[in-house]
Amino acid sequence: MKNSQSSKLSDNARELGLLGFIVVLALLFQVRNPEFLTFSNLRDLLNNTAILGVLSVGMMMILLTGGIDLSIGATIAFSGMVTALTVSAYPTISPILSLAEGTLVGVVIGIIVGFLVAYCKILPIIASLGMMNIVRGLTYLVSKGKWVSAYQMSDGFKAISIGTTLGINNLILIAIVIYAVFAYFLSSTRTGRYIYAVGSSPDTADVVGIPRKRILLLVYTTMGALAGLAGVLWVSRYASAQGDTAQGYEMSVIAAVVLGGVSVSGGRGKVIGIILGTILFGMLNNALPLINISPFWQQAIQGIVILLAVISNVLIKRNNDRMTLRRRAI
Amino acid sequence: MSEYVLELDHISKSFPGVKALDDVHFELEKGQIHALMGENGAGKSTFIKIITGVYQPDSGEIRVDGKPVVIRSPLDSQKLGIAAIYQHVTCFPDLSVTENIFIGHENVSKFTRKIDWKTLHNKASELLEKLDADFSPQTVMGSLSVAQQQIVEIAKALSTNARILIMDEPTAPLSKRETEDLYRTVETLQKHGVSVIFISHRLEDMYRLASSVTVLRDGRYIGTWGLNEVSQDDIVKAMVGREITQFFPPRHAKIDGEVLRVEKLSRTGYFKDVSFTVNKGEIVGLTGLIGAGRTEVCEAIYGVNPPDSGTIYVEGKKVWNRHASHGIKEGIGYLPEDRLKQGLVLDWQIYRNVSLASLEQFGKRGFMDEKQERQVAKNLGEKLEIKATSVHDKVSTLSGGNQQKVIVAKLLTRDMKVIILDEPTKGVDVGAKTAIYEIMNHLAEEGYGILMVSSEMPEVLGMCDRVVVMREGRVSAILDAKNTTQEEILQASMVLYQGKPETTDKQEKKNEQKVKEPQS
Amino acid sequence: MSERTLEIEKPRSLKDFSFQWEWFLIALFVIINIVNSLLTPYYFTADTFLSTPMNFLDKAFLVYPMMMVIVLGNIDVSVGSIIALSSVIMAVSYNAGLSMPLAMVLCLVVSTSCGFLNGFLQAKFRELSSTIITISTQIIYRGIAYIILEDKAAGKFPTWFSFLGWGYVGKVPFIMIVFIVFTIFFAILIHKTRFGRQLFAMGNNSTASRYSGIKTENMLISVSTIMGFMAGITALFLTSRMGSTRPNVATGYELDVIAMVVLGGVSTSGGKGRITGPLLSIFIIGFLNYGLGLFNISAQVLLIIIGALLIVAVMLQNLRFDKSGQKSGAKHSQLKR
Repeated sequence: MKNSQSSKLSDNARELGLLGFIVVLALLFQVRNPEFLTFSNLRDLLNNTAILGVLSVGMMMILLTGGIDLSIGATIAFSGMVTALTVSAYPTISPILSLAEGTLVGVVIGIIVGFLVAYCKILPIIASLGMMNIVRGLTYLVSKGKWVSAYQMSDGFKAISIGTTLGINNLILIAIVIYAVFAYFLSSTRTGRYIYAVGSSPDTADVVGIPRKRILLLVYTTMGALAGLAGVLWVSRYASAQGDTAQGYEMSVIAAVVLGGVSVSGGRGKVIGIILGTILFGMLNNALPLINISPFWQQAIQGIVILLAVISNVLIKRNNDRMTLRRRAI
Repeated sequence: MSEYVLELDHISKSFPGVKALDDVHFELEKGQIHALMGENGAGKSTFIKIITGVYQPDSGEIRVDGKPVVIRSPLDSQKLGIAAIYQHVTCFPDLSVTENIFIGHENVSKFTRKIDWKTLHNKASELLEKLDADFSPQTVMGSLSVAQQQIVEIAKALSTNARILIMDEPTAPLSKRETEDLYRTVETLQKHGVSVIFISHRLEDMYRLASSVTVLRDGRYIGTWGLNEVSQDDIVKAMVGREITQFFPPRHAKIDGEVLRVEKLSRTGYFKDVSFTVNKGEIVGLTGLIGAGRTEVCEAIYGVNPPDSGTIYVEGKKVWNRHASHGIKEGIGYLPEDRLKQGLVLDWQIYRNVSLASLEQFGKRGFMDEKQERQVAKNLGEKLEIKATSVHDKVSTLSGGNQQKVIVAKLLTRDMKVIILDEPTKGVDVGAKTAIYEIMNHLAEEGYGILMVSSEMPEVLGMCDRVVVMREGRVSAILDAKNTTQEEILQASMVLYQGKPETTDKQEKKNEQKVKEPQS
Repeated sequence: MSERTLEIEKPRSLKDFSFQWEWFLIALFVIINIVNSLLTPYYFTADTFLSTPMNFLDKAFLVYPMMMVIVLGNIDVSVGSIIALSSVIMAVSYNAGLSMPLAMVLCLVVSTSCGFLNGFLQAKFRELSSTIITISTQIIYRGIAYIILEDKAAGKFPTWFSFLGWGYVGKVPFIMIVFIVFTIFFAILIHKTRFGRQLFAMGNNSTASRYSGIKTENMLISVSTIMGFMAGITALFLTSRMGSTRPNVATGYELDVIAMVVLGGVSTSGGKGRITGPLLSIFIIGFLNYGLGLFNISAQVLLIIIGALLIVAVMLQNLRFDKSGQKSGAKHSQLKR
């Protein structure tokens, strides 16, 4: 049917556009520096982006509900620091336990943020801004201002991020698993669809009987869990846990997610989109040094990416609304 | 064994200050399309809300399939097989059609751990095919036109196995062709055994689809007729025929000179080619049914939502209002339709609301002179007889009528030339209404030109010198209030059926129905 | 016309009720100072109360414009970045040969432009929340600072420049005099002028304000521009105190400033607030910092406390305003921030 075909194309237009952009950009980078499209560089790129990928899923769900979470950088630091300290004190601890510990720390933080947003009716920006500082402060407290460095970490711990399983880097594997699990969750389970519903129209969600507060709590708790997990992966990868680990990283996550087509007003976004957005973002970060653009440009580029992405969403919607009005023949 | 799938007996419902339904009677036969007609405020929406469980009647009985029922909530109503479709579709614009249909209706769909999309889409497809939809269930809801969204709403109703479907002004936002499609859809529904209560102001809809029509007026049941036995004039008369009991103060204003003229005013999607004039000392009524575009025209003149094309002249001078401040500067004052959201800052005191549209007048060089504000508020408040203790009273504590007076006071803080009042007496008690009418007369006598949007026929005839009637975005008639009737105005507001109603097989069968005697 | 008359005088009951929150804040301030005085001798001297504020008054310049932003129902998290960018540009241009006074003017020009851009984006793209816009500009502005100065420091300002942040006029620090001037200015602007009235109208019911002829887009842009300008003022004083600047200065300032405003009784849903609250909060938080320093508590713990304070303050305001009745229509929904 005519309508469905054209809407299918426009539904996926954004993702196709992103893919196209990635390809074009990759070719451009390759031209400037043939080192770009090599196996080792690409593997590095994927490794670097894996953590971003894990986080992007959580942030996507938060944006789907129309919220935001600025505390994840702090959560990464705190969970990383706690796990690193645990490992340096108990070197024989199994890496799986470390992962669980970090995730649990993140869950606790996520529950608190979720509770503040869902039940105390505090704006997400403020709740997460406050928690960001509380958790960051806790990180410094817990570490007593000192770093945990590589020699204090067990090999098993460091292997979490550097090691491979079945021939694939652990990081990449974890990211793939997370993407797969949540892609399924968001598209094929009732709760997953409720997340979209809450963001698309909170009033209708109330009318239909969707438990909005519980959904919000779930979403922020999940983000916390993923951030906690990412914390362990981070300190394991860089073999160092510091007070200012991942400072400001939430912005990168937001950029990747927004780039991937997730709307900041809620209700719209696809996992395939954020996979592409993450890759594109990771590509920018990876390639810019290769073509001699200083890493100090990264931040500004991030900000411009976010701004342009959200503005273009607005312009597209305005155009659609205009079309709808025109159809109303008077 | 009842042939009626729904019956309402002696249903009454009151709200503070107004009796919305007074001893109303209604019968819906199985498989029937039954039209419900009445003016704005006749009680139709209260009627629907009682059937759908949003309100509970104060007295009377409801029977479904002959059995008395109590509908305490929308859920009860849904369980009885009742569904309603309104003008404004509430949906999830970012989700697919299938999801919009089945979300929240877990009992109907296979919402296990894993959503079985295939089955859901298939079920949705079936429903859509039944309704002759031209789009697939995977389509995103927000990309559909209003007509298509309506079909989804109908599909949603069907998915809950609704047997009684209420459609409230479904054709209002539709184009001619989409309306034809909707007619077919409704007839298909009928084929599938659904009984329909169809509410529309368009006589054409009624003649095309329904076999019976029930008329409500001022909350009272007027009568039910088969469509083959009653003419359009009769129906219109039944809708408006009433004794005018409201007292309208005598008009003395001298009408002299043009103060406002609009020419071919248009705004895509809202109104087209609207032209009329208002003279000094004149009160011009702007009437029409909901959705006709009256408020939009007013907002265009005032500047809050500027038109796309056309010209506006104030005292002969062409004006270009792109913002409310322009309208105010040109001497146009506007009392908005939604006084709580658009007219007042509820948390504020009277005096702060009064000064809101003319802040520069209260103080010098950018400063605010609160003493002056309060004095002016006191003067105007006393002149308008606002019932309050002090100018410090919060506006939220005032009655509807007094709130309106505060907004009028706000308009009077400046020298206006034209005052536009959008439904000034809506939700206002009788005493305050009279007060507002007297204020309007006084203003007209002082030389203002007044444009009043109103849905109340008696008010339009009692207060206005001329009446501009709008219908679906265009001006359908400009009438002289002294020489016209309520019927004439209503007919100009409604979409009439051109030609005789066709009698089809369906209609023949319906001709054997019982009909109630019209009440006088 | 009937006998009905309207009272003009403000009713008694209203007068008593008004300043409750401020009394609470004053009490808080007193308690903090009492606790502080137990930790150190010679606490209650003029010196303490005059010099200590020099540490936090630079931030204080942001509190008044942030109050205006929050009264409007918006938020601005880009202030720290604006400070960084304008400070960096000032330093770099001075070191490149521009005269110091001109460099200072440049600092203000840059910061005001940044503020203007914030307002412009918000006015033209009303569909976007101030949250996402100022998050983006926060990243962009600081990002530009990094492009310019990378991870280096810049300074070597003329000696007189330190007078701004360190100098005294008689017994009173210069910064405090400037602060008092701005306090008076903003108190008048917010509470006595038409501009201020429009501000509160918009925060309470932006639709009714628009229908009453208030130019809401212009107000948005003005408020943001003023915020930008004041960020520049903060940049001047902060840089003067530090003697040099880097792109990462003023990180986290937005948190402190928003906390001060909210603690001061300004509700995040907009339309309400009085300048006395935030004014007191500046000193409450300032002296709290000082006291914690006496306790030898690290700056990081301060982060925790301010973060918690922000959250608690918002919860308190929510409770406070929930009780005292409904807001009139046309507020942004919870999500559109």
